[in-house]
Amino acid sequence: MIRPDQPEYPDVAFTDRMDTVEFRVGERAHITVNGDACQGCTTQACVTACPANLFVPRADGGIVFNYEQCFECGTCYMVCNTEGAITWTYPDGGHGVVFHSA
Amino acid sequence: MTTNDFDVIVVGAGPAGSAAAITAARAGARVVLIERGPYPGAKNMFGGVVYGRIMDTLIPGWYDEMPVQRWITRRSTMLLAGDRSFSVDFRSGAWGRAPYNGATVYRSDFDSWLADQAVAAGATLVCDTVVTGLLRDGTRVVGVQTDRDDGDLRAPMVVACDGVNTFLAKEAGVAGDTAAGHYTLGVKETLALDRGEIESRFNVRGTDGVDIEVVGSTGAVPGGGFIYTNLDTVSVGVVLRLPELASARRRPEAILAEFKEHGAVAPLVEGAEIVEYSAHLIPEGGRDVMGSFGCDGMLVAGDAAALCLAAGIWLEGVNFAIGSGAVAGRVAARSARQNQTDVAVGQYRTELESNFVLADHNKLRGAPHLILGERMQQRYPQIMCDIAEGMFTVENPKPKPGLSKIARSALRRHKVRIRDVARDGRDIWRTFG
Repeated sequence: MIRPDQPEYPDVAFTDRMDTVEFRVGERAHITVNGDACQGCTTQACVTACPANLFVPRADGGIVFNYEQCFECGTCYMVCNTEGAITWTYPDGGHGVVFHSA
Repeated sequence: MTTNDFDVIVVGAGPAGSAAAITAARAGARVVLIERGPYPGAKNMFGGVVYGRIMDTLIPGWYDEMPVQRWITRRSTMLLAGDRSFSVDFRSGAWGRAPYNGATVYRSDFDSWLADQAVAAGATLVCDTVVTGLLRDGTRVVGVQTDRDDGDLRAPMVVACDGVNTFLAKEAGVAGDTAAGHYTLGVKETLALDRGEIESRFNVRGTDGVDIEVVGSTGAVPGGGFIYTNLDTVSVGVVLRLPELASARRRPEAILAEFKEHGAVAPLVEGAEIVEYSAHLIPEGGRDVMGSFGCDGMLVAGDAAALCLAAGIWLEGVNFAIGSGAVAGRVAARSARQNQTDVAVGQYRTELESNFVLADHNKLRGAPHLILGERMQQRYPQIMCDIAEGMFTVENPKPKPGLSKIARSALRRHKVRIRDVARDGRDIWRTFG
């Protein structure tokens, strides 16, 4: 399994990569993950596919999600097979990712 | 009776939304353009190249005003197989002169500029505001809810340009087939490289630029790679089809790293420091998965309507966003004025069918299936490289083998039958011909 603490990327550490992106972090978590719903999930597609690597597998089989550095792309809910596991909204107005040279 | 705040509410100040706001405002409608980011383009990312001719009538002289990084005068299509690459490279001086062809832009600059045109036309731009849902009267859309205090806004017509995830089209029940297989994830690095380095590495001068599209660069995940030159940065990225990305157990940035390490790519990007990392979904399902473009009181344009042409040699989205948005704004203004909100979607679709927006998508409806198919993704890049290698490797004292022998053994090696090639050739001819 791919662990977020062991980035595969050779030329720049994942945290340095994410540090190039501006996030105006809001108070409210715009995406929530129901860790219990994830218990039976064997694919954990969100862990592989999230470009910001925000889904962290828990030792007990669940998933922990950090909303702060989210691209708001939608990949996680698209690839998720578990009904009710991911509740997805946009961050409140003016918050979240702010691209400059994308 | 409830009063209307505006004639047309446009949701999303990307290219589709700003184009809609421009045409609606010019038609005399009172228009509000709502953007959830702090400025237009803040949430947007693309490869990317804008093909600007769609703006010839919308914004005459656009090419003198648009915030351009570089004008594309060189286009390469590259097939990668192992450590080999096969390229077709085209250059045109005419593309470096008005009216130009394509240009690289940063979306923060471009989208803000286009929204400025909407404001100049009389639209009211409101940023920092999320549209959280629709106001309905039965099945008819009569306005939107926002995350502002007292944030409900009413209008006879809403134009949903809320992007690839379009919660508005989904809420109205007019989104098409939104299965994960119809979407790709694009991840991109913007890399700093000074102008002199770009000129020598990419063989261009001044503000001329290069567009390189790559097939065979994403391993087991169907997709592609791209490299675009900006003024003093280079954009490099990959697009990855979601279901295979999810099951491949390969992280997106790892696939991008491997692409950057390829012998044909590394010399172009090595040593360049990352300025910004970005990611976005792309609707790649094409004509067959599109929804119904709206309903009573609402029209859908741009990525929200899956109007994005991902046909291998053509990768275009912003022009389809502007083309659809411009029509949607015009139709919405007319429907609002005549208070005939139910006929708008039919008129809108008819106009899209009669111009390039749906004509191109109808013509290329088979392209997504062809381009993301296994033979095109995995085997043909190998076969083309085998043929080139067989042709150009000199193995004296052995005499040169004939082309047909080289081709036949390449096909055999990669388990492709002549009949498959004939069928794919026929499909390509029917799709692109």
